[in-house]
Amino acid sequence: METKSVLLVGVGGQGTILASKLLTLGLMEEGYDVKMSEIHGMSQRGGSVSSQVRYGDKVWSPVIEKGSADLIVSFEKMEALRWLEYLKPSGKVVVNNHEMMPMPVIMGQADYAADIIDQIKKACKDVTVVNATDEAMKLGNGKTQNIVLLGALIKAMSLEGINWEAIIKANVKPNFVEDNLKALKVGMSLV
Amino acid sequence: MKKLLTGNEALARGAWEAGVHFASAYPGTPSTEILENMTTYKEVISEWAPNEKVALEAAVGAAIAGGRSMASMKHVGLNVAADPLFTFVYQGVNGGCVVITADEPGQHSSQNEQDNRNYAIAAKMPMMEPSTSQEAKDFMMEAFEVSEKFDIPVLMRMTTRGCHSKGIVECGDRKEVPIKEYHKDVTKYVTVPANAKKMRIKLEDKLAGLLEYSESTPMNRIEDNGKKVGVVVSGMCYCFAKEVFGDTVNYLKLGFTHPLPEKMMTKFCTGLEKVYVIEENDPILEQALQRLGFADIVVGKSLFPKYDELTSDVIRKCVTGKVLESIEYDHKDIVNRPPALCAGCPHRGFFYELGKRKNVMVTGDIGCYTLAFAPPYNAMDTATCMGASFSSGHGAAKIFDKAGSDYRVVSVLGDSTFFHSGMTSLTECIYNNSKTVSVILDNRITGMTGHQQNPGSGKLADGTTDATMLDIETVCRALGAKNIKTIDPNNLKLVKETLDWALGLDGPSVIITKYPCVLKKFSEDDKNKFPNAYKSKDVVDADKCVGCKFCLKSGCPALFLNRDTKKAEIDPLQCVGCGVCEQICGQKAIRKETK
Repeated sequence: METKSVLLVGVGGQGTILASKLLTLGLMEEGYDVKMSEIHGMSQRGGSVSSQVRYGDKVWSPVIEKGSADLIVSFEKMEALRWLEYLKPSGKVVVNNHEMMPMPVIMGQADYAADIIDQIKKACKDVTVVNATDEAMKLGNGKTQNIVLLGALIKAMSLEGINWEAIIKANVKPNFVEDNLKALKVGMSLV
Repeated sequence: MKKLLTGNEALARGAWEAGVHFASAYPGTPSTEILENMTTYKEVISEWAPNEKVALEAAVGAAIAGGRSMASMKHVGLNVAADPLFTFVYQGVNGGCVVITADEPGQHSSQNEQDNRNYAIAAKMPMMEPSTSQEAKDFMMEAFEVSEKFDIPVLMRMTTRGCHSKGIVECGDRKEVPIKEYHKDVTKYVTVPANAKKMRIKLEDKLAGLLEYSESTPMNRIEDNGKKVGVVVSGMCYCFAKEVFGDTVNYLKLGFTHPLPEKMMTKFCTGLEKVYVIEENDPILEQALQRLGFADIVVGKSLFPKYDELTSDVIRKCVTGKVLESIEYDHKDIVNRPPALCAGCPHRGFFYELGKRKNVMVTGDIGCYTLAFAPPYNAMDTATCMGASFSSGHGAAKIFDKAGSDYRVVSVLGDSTFFHSGMTSLTECIYNNSKTVSVILDNRITGMTGHQQNPGSGKLADGTTDATMLDIETVCRALGAKNIKTIDPNNLKLVKETLDWALGLDGPSVIITKYPCVLKKFSEDDKNKFPNAYKSKDVVDADKCVGCKFCLKSGCPALFLNRDTKKAEIDPLQCVGCGVCEQICGQKAIRKETK
């Protein structure tokens, strides 16, 4: 099969790393060759972050080229717009309907446009807007927004056949397993 | 057993499987996770050293004593460790030793883009460059064999993409390697000139043997696809090139890159019409091919950039002039999201006050606090390398003084940076007596690289074992500092008064701001000394807020102006109640949330 590319983007601290880790473990269990690339370091501090996941029969580069992502899952609205140029023209976007203010907006040097979602929809045909942060809050743990989004990702890439429950149980701290399983289920129902 | 590992995890795994006994490092992106992973292998003595030079010297001693040892560091860390490196190559090893350098083409988290392959050439040591996580593990194991067989340390050169990308790795078990017996041998280990001259000659014999090894090791191989165009490549660039060219070219895939396999390179190029040399940063492979007589068919830096990563999109564009088709859309509303000091960061209060000072040059250093150069603080003038803040501040203060300038110097570095190389720099300020204000921003941990223990944190590398806790104020006193104050940086009035005091002195002074990093997992000591830290939240009283935006000058990511009400608000998910904005608000509109 041709290599698939999934880009998870967001703001440092939103949990993209755990979501992509679980994703790659599931893909490996399923027998795919998998590579993932992240940039750590300074960008953790509230900066724009990305996890790039590629899978298929044989994956060479761990890095997704502009114009080659099959799916972008964005944990924050502005980040979806920022990374949209990485999407294939036929690709899909799952975007969390959530705003985090960048420092130039906080400082009053720039505005956070109110119509970001509309702009994404104008540029791309296949956009699913999810309220992952709200759904996670409703479940009682806002931090599980990343697993809600993982659920949406799994559905969007038709990866439901993988035993995600086992992957989560084996890789998440016992106290959080139940919350995360609930979040996964909710996420899968949103796409 | 298959595991999904980053390059860094794979290096640690490989060292463990190879029976390594001792690992030392100083944290630095993208190398940090190598030692962090080593600490999970209990058979290995794994330590954070105060700096890279010390880490390598400890590994040198461990190797001479008969253990298998390693030292890992980021590219600029090898500059710090270069002094022992060059001479260690003369001495050679007893137990094998591997030095890992993690380079940063693209400078994702670094102050420069130096190409540390040059160190292997300059120090005359063998070098390996893995392309995948599997190779990182396999090469690491082989590196210990090469080190012992040829009696020389091995340089393992990684780059950010290799360190931080994951791939599937077939893992094995640890092979216990007995610690070799130590024999005193001054002709081998004491590098007085009479001995070192002989070592230098012997080094040429070792290199001749390594050249033969380079020609025969499977780390270097030709992939012949029967084409007339070839690609010569090492490290991560192999993956990027394969992505672009697939099987449409022949490859010379180099994993053992010093000394280079010249016969194999000649064999590969002979008969080809064109050879692309795809290497990030310096034209090292390209120049080697030119020397071998292939200048007319080799295409390298005339086509590919000398800087940044050569990811598949860059290669594609250089070679074909095209990029993949992508969506076109308006970028005008995309606002930059630069990294910022976290909500609750204990550096905020200090830089808020320091940024208000006029006629002050702030010499900065390497750490989270470097972010204070940016608005709203604008509180940094320079950042060079670890420890340079104090010493460069000293030089600047001497010149301002000589010129009769009103400019004063405030120098800032963190606790880990102080132990790394700030102590010698502070000695300079005190011994040579400058009108400097040397500030140690002690957040009780190595922050930027993700919370590694250091000599001031009271814990060993595993994060749990108690260690001797060096007290920074005591160290400064021992270095001869007389004017020292330790303060709470979240108390703005105290910060202001302390800066007034220090800038009013006619000689060197030290300010220590002591407060744990907001992201730190508190030790018992932190809990005892800072019982109320980060346990509250601040809220804005909308009735009192006049929308003056003054609080936004704190640069806190939790604070923002509500688009509709035009009043300040605090994001309760981010706020930890440091109280800095409370002190800034002139309307007394910000207060602690009552439960």
